[in-house]
Amino acid sequence: MIGVLLTVIRRDLRLAARRKGDWLTSQFFFVMVVSMFPLGIGPDPEMLRRVAPGIVWVAALLASLLSLSRLFADDHRDGSLEQMLLSPHPAVLVTLGKAIAHWLIYGIPLLLIAPVLGLQFALPPEAIGVLMLSLAIGTPILSLLGGVGAALTLGLRGGGVLLTLLILPLYVPALIFGAGAVDGALSGMGAESHLSLLAAFLVVSLLVSPWVTAAGLRVSIE
Amino acid sequence: MRFSLYRYAAPSTFYHLAGRLTPWFGWAAGILAVLGLYIGFFVAPTDFQQGEAYRIIFIHVPAAWMSMFIYLVIAFWSAIGLAFNTRLSFMLARALAPTGAMFAFMSLWTGAFWGKPMWGAWWVWDARLTSSLILFFLYVGIMALWSAIDDPRRGDKAGALLALVGAINVPIIYFSVKWWNTLHQGASVKPSGTSMDEVMLAGMLIMAFAAWFYAIATAFYRVRDIILERERHTEWAKEILEK
Amino acid sequence: MEWSSWSQFWDMGGYGFYVWSSYAAMLLGIVIEVVLLRRGRQDTLRRLRRLERWEQSPGERPS
Repeated sequence: MIGVLLTVIRRDLRLAARRKGDWLTSQFFFVMVVSMFPLGIGPDPEMLRRVAPGIVWVAALLASLLSLSRLFADDHRDGSLEQMLLSPHPAVLVTLGKAIAHWLIYGIPLLLIAPVLGLQFALPPEAIGVLMLSLAIGTPILSLLGGVGAALTLGLRGGGVLLTLLILPLYVPALIFGAGAVDGALSGMGAESHLSLLAAFLVVSLLVSPWVTAAGLRVSIE
Repeated sequence: MRFSLYRYAAPSTFYHLAGRLTPWFGWAAGILAVLGLYIGFFVAPTDFQQGEAYRIIFIHVPAAWMSMFIYLVIAFWSAIGLAFNTRLSFMLARALAPTGAMFAFMSLWTGAFWGKPMWGAWWVWDARLTSSLILFFLYVGIMALWSAIDDPRRGDKAGALLALVGAINVPIIYFSVKWWNTLHQGASVKPSGTSMDEVMLAGMLIMAFAAWFYAIATAFYRVRDIILERERHTEWAKEILEK
Repeated sequence: MEWSSWSQFWDMGGYGFYVWSSYAAMLLGIVIEVVLLRRGRQDTLRRLRRLERWEQSPGERPS
């Protein structure tokens, strides 16, 4: 079973490596969105430091959603998705593997770029550390829940925007706990409670999403 | 007992049942609304803290309750439909959503018009209003998904999955929003709901039942159109269309 | 609750705008919904009847 999982992950990693453009676009999108905010709300460092956690987190949400619409679409188009679902292995392994691959490709870079953005907003080092940690726990949630949306909207017109519409409300707890953790670090009130809640939400997502995504794929393909 | 209930799971039978019941629920809703509003405006006294403005609760609270309740009912029928593959369950879910969304929107609107005189702002990011906003987004999302999918069967099941995921998430979302709100010390003013006058409560409950019956009436009315659409190739549907 | 006059009722202790805007919006929402429901039914019936005739007519098969 782990073998199947690893195969799915490895395959997606290889495919993404061939199309570095997509991957880079996503990261640049993240950076650009974050940079837009000071232009919109003014350069006052005090204020920017306060809003930085929320901005970085929202940008991370949007960047994830951008890449999620492709999660199953490419495989669906060339028929390989159907093949994967027809195989005797449980579909949950496919959906879980794809979510993990998505996180490795699109999620981890976000938390690696975050320190740079944190500096742009003059976040102190402890806050940057918590920001990275919150993204480390939170981005898998984005990939898992996003997979549900990607499966349900597979092949639909207006797919990308529709996906965003469906999944953004579901992301709210992650946003609240993730950005809240950094806020806690900034205000000195501590980030542990937020991070624990975020981790709990991750566990819930892990327990629910792969199955719903698999069901959604079957519904969308038949 | 089981046998006769299963009979109504057939769209054809339910079509006629819904048709007969809709007027009853509609009239019941109307009468209860008149009663509730009478109590709300002519029996309930002036509130000590909020003056007359509090009388908005007689539509705000029922709308909010109904928007949440209807979402749960949609999730319930979605689960039944997915588990037993009963077509009618999915049709009921679809028929309920627009009314639920309308109530969700109304709870936001009336909440804003209540908030402005009370708290000085048209919108405050307190836990309840924010959760209501997210609930409204959930309604919009599921209706957008349904309208984007042409194949009715795929739409049924996809919407059902989304409704279930949403329903699981709603308590988590509500908890996280409460958490967020207490930490950020937002609008800490709560309307005087701590100890509510019995008459006010009675008025609110009657209006809530009025809203409930209204929702049932609209859902039954709407589901008949959906049934006809889906079943139009059957004999009984053709008979109706030919009239 | 005793209202000494109709004007006092409409005024709602100074909050008349807010109270009545809320109720008006609610009423509007219900009216719009009911109108849309009725119109939806007529449209559905008309459309289904038209589809029925189209499918029945010889030599014309819907795609």
